[in-house]
Amino acid sequence: MKRFNAMIAITLTLAMSLTAFAQTGARNTKRAVEATSAAAQAQPRETLIRNATILTASHGTIKNGSILIRDGKIAAVGTDVKAGDANARVIDATGKFVTPGIIDCHSHTAGEGNINEGTLSVTAMVRIQDIIDPNHPNIYRQLAGGLTTANVLHGSANSIGGQNAVIKLKLGKPVDQWFIKDAPPGIKFALGENPKRSNNQGITPGIPRRYPATRMGVEETIRDAFTRAKDYQREWQEYEAKKGKDKNAIAPRRDLALDALVEILEGKRYIHSHCYVDDEILMLLNLGDEMGFHVQTLQHVLEGYKVANEIAAHHTGGSTFADFWGYKMEAYDAIPYNAALMASRGVVVSVNSDSDERARRLYLEAAKGVKYGGMSEEAALRMVTLNPAIQLGIDKRTGSIDVGKDADLVIFSQHPFSVYTMPETTFIEGEIYFDRQQDMQRREALKHEKEELIKAERQQRLRGPRQQQRDEKPDAMQPTVTEPDNDPEN
Amino acid sequence: MKRNGILFVSLLTICALAFGTRSAAQTGGGTTAIRNARIVTVTGPVIERGTVVISNGKITAVGADAQVPAGARVIDAAGLSVYPGMIDAGTVMGLTEISSVAGSVDTAEIGENNANIHVDVAIRPDSSHVAVTRVNGITTVLTAPRGGLIAGQSALINLDGWVPRDMILKSPLAMHINWPGGFGQGSEFGFEGNRGATSEARRTQEKAVEDLKKILRDARAYGDAKDARARDASLPKQDVDLKLEALIPVVRGTLPVIINANTERDIKSALAFADEMKLKAIIAGGIEAYRVADQLKAKNIPVIVGPVLRMPNREDDPYDAAFANAGLLAKAGVKIAFQTSDSAHSRDLPYNAGMAAAFGLPKDEALKAVTIYPAEIFGVADRLGSIEVGKVANLIVTDGDPLEIVTQIKHVFINGRQVPLTSRHTELYEKYKARP
Repeated sequence: MKRFNAMIAITLTLAMSLTAFAQTGARNTKRAVEATSAAAQAQPRETLIRNATILTASHGTIKNGSILIRDGKIAAVGTDVKAGDANARVIDATGKFVTPGIIDCHSHTAGEGNINEGTLSVTAMVRIQDIIDPNHPNIYRQLAGGLTTANVLHGSANSIGGQNAVIKLKLGKPVDQWFIKDAPPGIKFALGENPKRSNNQGITPGIPRRYPATRMGVEETIRDAFTRAKDYQREWQEYEAKKGKDKNAIAPRRDLALDALVEILEGKRYIHSHCYVDDEILMLLNLGDEMGFHVQTLQHVLEGYKVANEIAAHHTGGSTFADFWGYKMEAYDAIPYNAALMASRGVVVSVNSDSDERARRLYLEAAKGVKYGGMSEEAALRMVTLNPAIQLGIDKRTGSIDVGKDADLVIFSQHPFSVYTMPETTFIEGEIYFDRQQDMQRREALKHEKEELIKAERQQRLRGPRQQQRDEKPDAMQPTVTEPDNDPEN
Repeated sequence: MKRNGILFVSLLTICALAFGTRSAAQTGGGTTAIRNARIVTVTGPVIERGTVVISNGKITAVGADAQVPAGARVIDAAGLSVYPGMIDAGTVMGLTEISSVAGSVDTAEIGENNANIHVDVAIRPDSSHVAVTRVNGITTVLTAPRGGLIAGQSALINLDGWVPRDMILKSPLAMHINWPGGFGQGSEFGFEGNRGATSEARRTQEKAVEDLKKILRDARAYGDAKDARARDASLPKQDVDLKLEALIPVVRGTLPVIINANTERDIKSALAFADEMKLKAIIAGGIEAYRVADQLKAKNIPVIVGPVLRMPNREDDPYDAAFANAGLLAKAGVKIAFQTSDSAHSRDLPYNAGMAAAFGLPKDEALKAVTIYPAEIFGVADRLGSIEVGKVANLIVTDGDPLEIVTQIKHVFINGRQVPLTSRHTELYEKYKARP
């Protein structure tokens, strides 16, 4: 399914770059982006959100509360909060609910092209940060679902995949401003059917068989990688010890993959490991004990409830689906009680999307923690706010509504766990990145602009391909076939 | 000691479950009264405090003053609400267990014309999906085949029974057609304006539609010849063709056709096809049905919307296009129902309806679209979809609005039988909850 989606995405991306229409589309996006940035620049220094029900995710619910935002941070929260600045923007949120910005601990959003460097089973050197597409339409759609922060992960084709990127969805800002600079770097690991390639190998034509093909092979692949990493680490340590005294000391050759693994061994890089069944979960935890690495989060971890004691004892987090199951053998024992059961044994649990579509409604996915297993409302809300922040090592700056944290906030029309709710405004660091009212107002203008573009394109086509060619920018590729029945509106 | 305690509680639970199952089985044929409940009848006014009586699988009394018959089993539902069981108007329930394991999947047959395929022979009553779905308040689903241009015949089933025959409410319910094409999914201009590909896709679609028409014309001729021979035995006997045989009720408009079509263009061309071939059509999927709402209303064609929880179809669609679709259709007067088009996640049907309600569909319409409207669309409104005397006793008792995620389902009745609120998922939950 993911492959299929990826193929569609690639097809669309390719097709986009081939056509004049796509360019008008791109121009549209650019204009929208410019508009957003202009709005962002006009942000006042202070914003006061008043009269809201505030779900802090850290210290309960505040009724008729206010939040003061100053310079992108939460300056005050409570029932008796006033703006200091007379020009502060005041938002009346009577009857509405405010939550921390939603955080998705497992995303592949904005990954341009293939997010799986699937040619090897150890690709610790590749980096997701190199392929973030800040103009992808799904960014805005996720902002409209209250999402502010995402852990963008490499795919799960490899036992040891690529390096992650923890981003805020700052649509309209240059992409280098999206990365949370003080987020600890991470890396994707994967166990089970995906690194075994069991749903591709021998089925999809043209995909060669690749080691490993069993869960045993996955364990050996990871063990082998860390064995090499330790040798490499020792060589560097020996060199560092020698180099001051011995002028002839030669530095070991840099190995970008092993560098990342050494960072793991030194506790500087977080492992986020895709996994499903109980045996492989234990395998990785035990291998970590033996080789000296810590597993920061287990991703999916659909059978985590079976070994929750062991996960908790390792201080490893669990980031799971709310109720997704049955799509492959290793997801057959997945139960919607997984999150509540793991949490009851002391595991820090988050609920993630692994899908740009689901990421738009993570607040409702969190509500399933209340339904299945009877979590408290705040515990359930934490699964998409504070807990993923803890798991990603960014809880000092985001994940709850506390003074001093980034003003990453969502205003909901109703309680975020009601199916009838709607995210209305999404703030990142005090700036509005989505506002439903503005969105509704802009629709007519966008519709009109599109009609104009279609009209222009139609006229251009009527003038014929030769004229059109002269009109096109030199770098634009020409459609090879021009047929009269291709009205742009059809 | 603590271990023993847990063991004891577990044993009690197991006993209770076993007993619950047995006694429930008996109530299928007996009489049960649900008292002191808020009764959401769907077709009539809400009864704030009343009684529903179930006898021999049917609803026999409903009302504030309905009497509890002597000897009836009584469920006190004070503080709780009774709703009709929800209906998922499009699934592959019972045909698949684990979607990536080929040996467990029987959803799609090979070939373009599978008109003679009918799901009633392949439904597995013991599929774990059945109990997983019903414990969330979905008591009835349409289960439909998927493969080819003409996918085959669906059945409307209750999610309870020892054998498929116990489950089936109506079979065949409809013939299913997968509308050829699907181009234009990404944008207004087909494959993002790639004209060659658009033209090619259009030609492919036109050819497939011609193929479909030819099959249906053959079916009409086949039916006519069969009738002629029945009237006049001197006419030559024709060989039986099971595919054409299956299509006779379709071309005669007695068996509805559910056409899976999603884009504006595809829906329009499907409607023109249904007109020309004089079919009793229902559109399913209908992602862009809101763009064709007026035409659907004018032709009185219902739409089975879903899944709602999906991305907009086109890059420049409003972010909420898929959520708002159902509300726009309802506003235009088009009759709608919801489908998950799934099996494992059929239990999330109410949240599809709920999301549509968050984005414009009135709440009561959302509830109707998972109860009485699918019953009407499927021609079984005399038996299902509301709490009325004489209807099949498919009922759920809840502690709130069944479209809300946090609502708990307290009792489920299917065909009058109180089914246990257990599933493979609750069993695994109980098992591992008890792990020391």
